[in-house]
Amino acid sequence: MEMQSKVTTLENALSFINDGCVLMFGGFGGVGNPPTLIKGILQKGTKDLTLIGNDAGFPEIGIGKIVSAERVSKLITTHIGSNPIAGKLMVEGKMEVEFCPQGILAERIRAGGAGLGGVLSDIGMGSMIEVGKQKVEMGGKTYLIESALQADVAIVHAKKADYFGNLIYDKSARNTNPLVATAGRVTIVEAEEIVAPGMLDPESIITPGIYVDMIVESEGVNWKWAWE
Amino acid sequence: MGMGIEVRNRMASRAAKEIKAGMVVNLGIGIPSLVPNFLAPETEVLFHAENGVLGMGPSPSKGEEDAMLCNAGGFPVTVIPGASYFDSATAFAMIRGGYLDMTILGGLEVSEKGDLANWVIPGKRIPGIGGGMELAEKAKKVIVLMSHVNKHGEPKILQECTLPLTARRCVDLIITDMAVIEVSEKGLLLKEVMEPFTEKDVREMTGARLLVREGGKK
Repeated sequence: MEMQSKVTTLENALSFINDGCVLMFGGFGGVGNPPTLIKGILQKGTKDLTLIGNDAGFPEIGIGKIVSAERVSKLITTHIGSNPIAGKLMVEGKMEVEFCPQGILAERIRAGGAGLGGVLSDIGMGSMIEVGKQKVEMGGKTYLIESALQADVAIVHAKKADYFGNLIYDKSARNTNPLVATAGRVTIVEAEEIVAPGMLDPESIITPGIYVDMIVESEGVNWKWAWE
Repeated sequence: MGMGIEVRNRMASRAAKEIKAGMVVNLGIGIPSLVPNFLAPETEVLFHAENGVLGMGPSPSKGEEDAMLCNAGGFPVTVIPGASYFDSATAFAMIRGGYLDMTILGGLEVSEKGDLANWVIPGKRIPGIGGGMELAEKAKKVIVLMSHVNKHGEPKILQECTLPLTARRCVDLIITDMAVIEVSEKGLLLKEVMEPFTEKDVREMTGARLLVREGGKK
């Protein structure tokens, strides 16, 4: 069977990312954010984004650049401490921020991609996290209902992709990427290397290609790292 | 918090003594990240990073860093033989599932009941939660490493936390630049006083009652 190639141009991929859209991103502290797609979004001028992802990056690293450029109206995340501009925009009322415990954000994204309405969690009971959330009793314990998250577009970074979109990742750059890949109505992968189907060992594939809609080739990770 | 590297190293070295062979341990950013420097090299510990690494090794030497292999703070690490990589959902499933023996975290305030506040100073500093809530609530043992007082010289160990809580009744041991304090059923137990401080100094700088177990104090 001949598999249709999902490899496309950056320009075509960016045509799916438009003002006001809900954009979910893979990556943790900049590591595993897709740099070529982020650069493209910045250059295109896309704004009023609702961003969903682990953190706000660093001011000049990864997804942080989009936050710093004031393109985000709402951010659903776990942590903004590494990007002081995010804190400033939040305090000034220019960007709404919804905080979620890190593993629960991962589970909400997983649920979104797995056709579930949400997850039951006992994390953050008695803290600001429970404010406004529905509670349920289950097995004698009280849980918060944490709603599932989906996005118009999910952007992902992978080490290798085949044309069909089967993905493998690179060490700790995997982080939220396999989860995010499942939760976009359109999922765009930026891959360091693109190979023909059959070149990846099916046992080693982390993200099966059915989750992926488009693949663009990465211009490479030339980021300045937090520690440099 | 204005503590010199010597003081921070001493706190980290004290925390390292709590780590036993065979443990799975997660370290927070800041002073906790110094702890591995004080472990005996033969101590077999699996360091867990919530960005998806189990089996972190020492920091790489300069020039040997791998941009794709970092800890949760974004700093380059190495891995030991037997290490594994996984996604964030798995990383936190391990934490919530009770597979972590210990976490060593920073703190803004700790109450005498072991409540921890370490994620926000309303109106001032809003770093966010990160993985702190899950680690604090679900690790089997929670050690907080922090300065004994805040930058205004006010106690950070209090009867009740004033800042928004990260988790209730989660802290087992507090290690500061002045003392080592255990959170027990009966209250806070002063176990050790750090030089050059006296027990009186510690009491004056602590906003909660401190018990002393006979023979338990150095």
